[in-house]
Amino acid sequence: MSSLKEFSKGFFKENPTYVQVLGMCPTLAVTTSALNGLGMGLATTAVLTMSNIVISAIRKAVPKNIRIPIFITVIASFVTIVDMLMHAFTYDLWKTLGLFIPLIVVNCLIMGRAEAFASRNSIGRSMLDGLGMGLGFTGSLVLLGSVRELLGSGTVFGLELWGKKFNIFLMILPPGAYMTLGLLAALFAYIGITRKKRGGSK
Amino acid sequence: MSRIFLILLSALLVNNYVFIKFLGICPFLGVSKKMDTAVGMGFAATFVLVMSSVITWFVNILLVKMGLEFLTIITFILVIATFVQFVELFLRKNSPGLYEALGIYLPLITTNCIILGVAILNAQQSYSLLESVFHALGAGLGFLLALVIFAGMRERLELYDLPKPFEGVPIALILASIMSMAFMGFQGLIRL
Repeated sequence: MSSLKEFSKGFFKENPTYVQVLGMCPTLAVTTSALNGLGMGLATTAVLTMSNIVISAIRKAVPKNIRIPIFITVIASFVTIVDMLMHAFTYDLWKTLGLFIPLIVVNCLIMGRAEAFASRNSIGRSMLDGLGMGLGFTGSLVLLGSVRELLGSGTVFGLELWGKKFNIFLMILPPGAYMTLGLLAALFAYIGITRKKRGGSK
Repeated sequence: MSRIFLILLSALLVNNYVFIKFLGICPFLGVSKKMDTAVGMGFAATFVLVMSSVITWFVNILLVKMGLEFLTIITFILVIATFVQFVELFLRKNSPGLYEALGIYLPLITTNCIILGVAILNAQQSYSLLESVFHALGAGLGFLLALVIFAGMRERLELYDLPKPFEGVPIALILASIMSMAFMGFQGLIRL
């Protein structure tokens, strides 16, 4: 697989949110607006890329039996760094995301990539994989956040598209998160099915 | 006493961790396809939640005393992972029956964010030991409740003919949305 493919597979074909259904908790919880989704996505991307690099670099020195605790320690260290940086530089965002920043540690996407990819591949490829998967995750979060923000308060990234007349307040509440994600996942599944059909007829 | 009851009820129903607070969604979607796996996972998670909240409570006191609060995330996750490992070893040696029933869910629990989430919340809100235990108990039972309700509905859903794109996860998410609306009915029941 070429390195470009390594990078771009996270965007659609192996999209972490809609196709692999990983890292659901932050996806549902913080996407009340597009901006929150972007912040969470970028924080996760940073942790994922860095931990992929380090885990790939130490992959030959790690004994097989205790690899999981070692991976967790590496990931937790980067999460702590990101947590402190966000506390220092983007305080408002840090406050809104709250508990879900420390919980990046147990995001199954990061552990999954460490176990399935970074512990078996070279540093460069692992970095591209982490960056691609992270940006795919960010894209999904921004998409979900934009849809919810648009339907719930008529804005995208705080930019007003229509007045408050058509607001469905439910979209910002927890049920709206499940609903939007369910419909978007169905849309992705539909696109996947039609693509496969077209590929089959060729 | 009434405060403890309120904390329990709040974690169990009003702020149900699965439907309102969005913690523990991965196992919730993953193991809710059959009733008996859902019950097993629910009980295993409740047990680990309560025990780990006791342990992390003591660890947190130690961290605060030494002025090392910034190590909270690393310490808590390692303590929880170690504890889960120990429980697994202990069960395998001493009660094979229980190990058969819960064993396969235990490794999954380490990455269940409800465990770390509740431990961090306990520390942030500086709950007392008793309050932490009841908070964890409420969270665990709420998780069990959500899993059991959801498994019951998904078992029935298997029988219906759905449009292809909705099969599997999408319809489960839409179902969860309706359940979440139902749980929002508890809002305003109590105030902490």
